Amino acid sequence: MRAFPALLALALAVALTFLTVPIVAIFVDSSPAELIDSLGEPGALDALWLSLRATAMALALILIVGTPAAYLLATRSFRAKPVVVTLVELPLVLPPAVAGIALLAAVGPSGILGGAVAAAGIELSLQTAGVVVALTFVASPFYVRQAMAAFAAVDRTLLDASRTLGASEARGFVRVMVPAALPGLTAGTALALGRALGEFGATLMFAGSFQGITQTVPLAIYAKLGTDFETALALSAVLVAISAAILLSVKLVHGREALGGAPG
Amino acid sequence: MTDALEDCSSDFEGADVRLSLAGSDELAAQIRQGAKPDVYAAANTTLPEELNKEGLLSEPVEFATSELVIAVPRDSDVRQVADLGRRGMKLAIGSESVPIGSYTRELLSRLPGHQGDRILANVRSNEPDVKGIVGKLTQGAADAGFVYVTDVNAVSARLRAVKLPADLEPDVTYAAGVVKGAKRPHDARDFVRGLTDGRCADALARAGFEAP
Repeated sequence: MRAFPALLALALAVALTFLTVPIVAIFVDSSPAELIDSLGEPGALDALWLSLRATAMALALILIVGTPAAYLLATRSFRAKPVVVTLVELPLVLPPAVAGIALLAAVGPSGILGGAVAAAGIELSLQTAGVVVALTFVASPFYVRQAMAAFAAVDRTLLDASRTLGASEARGFVRVMVPAALPGLTAGTALALGRALGEFGATLMFAGSFQGITQTVPLAIYAKLGTDFETALALSAVLVAISAAILLSVKLVHGREALGGAPG
Repeated sequence: MTDALEDCSSDFEGADVRLSLAGSDELAAQIRQGAKPDVYAAANTTLPEELNKEGLLSEPVEFATSELVIAVPRDSDVRQVADLGRRGMKLAIGSESVPIGSYTRELLSRLPGHQGDRILANVRSNEPDVKGIVGKLTQGAADAGFVYVTDVNAVSARLRAVKLPADLEPDVTYAAGVVKGAKRPHDARDFVRGLTDGRCADALARAGFEAP
């Protein structure tokens, strides 16, 4: 049966080639100097800055709300829990265009909550705030899912011990559970960060595309495709570099189990 | 354009027609990157002419003309182009790289004084295609936009077209050609011919396009 290991190796080689050649091509298609030059094009730096700001704001919202929500889902059992978990995870598998339509139908100017949003003095569509909402919607399930798994994996005797010593649940959550679940929480943050940085469809449909306001890096790449392939490539290269850095840093800091890598 | 072409190409004789629909500039970029569809049709003449000069497309054939208009929700009080410069007006227009966007900028550059600049200052979204502009309008995200009259006709229950003065109106002409290296050049030529004389020409006329 030596054919089987050879087959496995072949499958890996095919997968690796298929997955890496397009990414390598981004860097080979033009020289690093050209790529850096292209980042000076109008709109490129604006897009990067906007992407970073909007992603940071979305992550802040996701961490503040998602961490306690995931803790609750991981530590309580109740009848509707499978339904709740499914609902929370749903955006994970939704096509971005569906996310865009859904947001328009919900909080767009003519959406079911559009009037209430406007009455509260909040303007989302065609505004940076709309980008943040779109990123939060599509990226939060990545964090919440990972955070739930991380909290569930914490040895409950740690929390029970802190309770026996008189600590409140809130204190146990902050002092025991969050530190113990930190590798998983970091991994979830990284996944949400990656998803938010790459968001395209929901942003375009819900928030539009305007330089410095709503045109994130993926939207700028799309806008430049027809007229300025160099800049589109350069921006893509930056996203590849950031994504790779996110994945690598999580693996280095927290070991391979954090992102679900196989042991050994 | 989408609906008309889908309508007439479904029963194109001799071949199954598959349509790849996107902004004209994106399709041109795909061809420049080596994509080999049989036919390329664009909402202007410059992109096909450029591709022709680059040796990627046959001599383009002009097959339809349309009209640039202001599109507004039915209950809007916009009556003329000057209204778009009003403070607080939110506009969605085509991005610079797509034909609808360049026609729009061409029109704005013909306006007297700073009117064009005032209108551009009200732009809140540069959309990659006409559908994006129409969507922003029907969803109430934008107050007005520039689209082709045929796109307003398609959603006339929700949007209304405001005509532009004839002397300002850019010349909107659609052109198509056979892509060099097409797998079925013969059928491709027939298809392009059918755009000016045949089922597709009829479908385009029904959708409100005019012959060039």
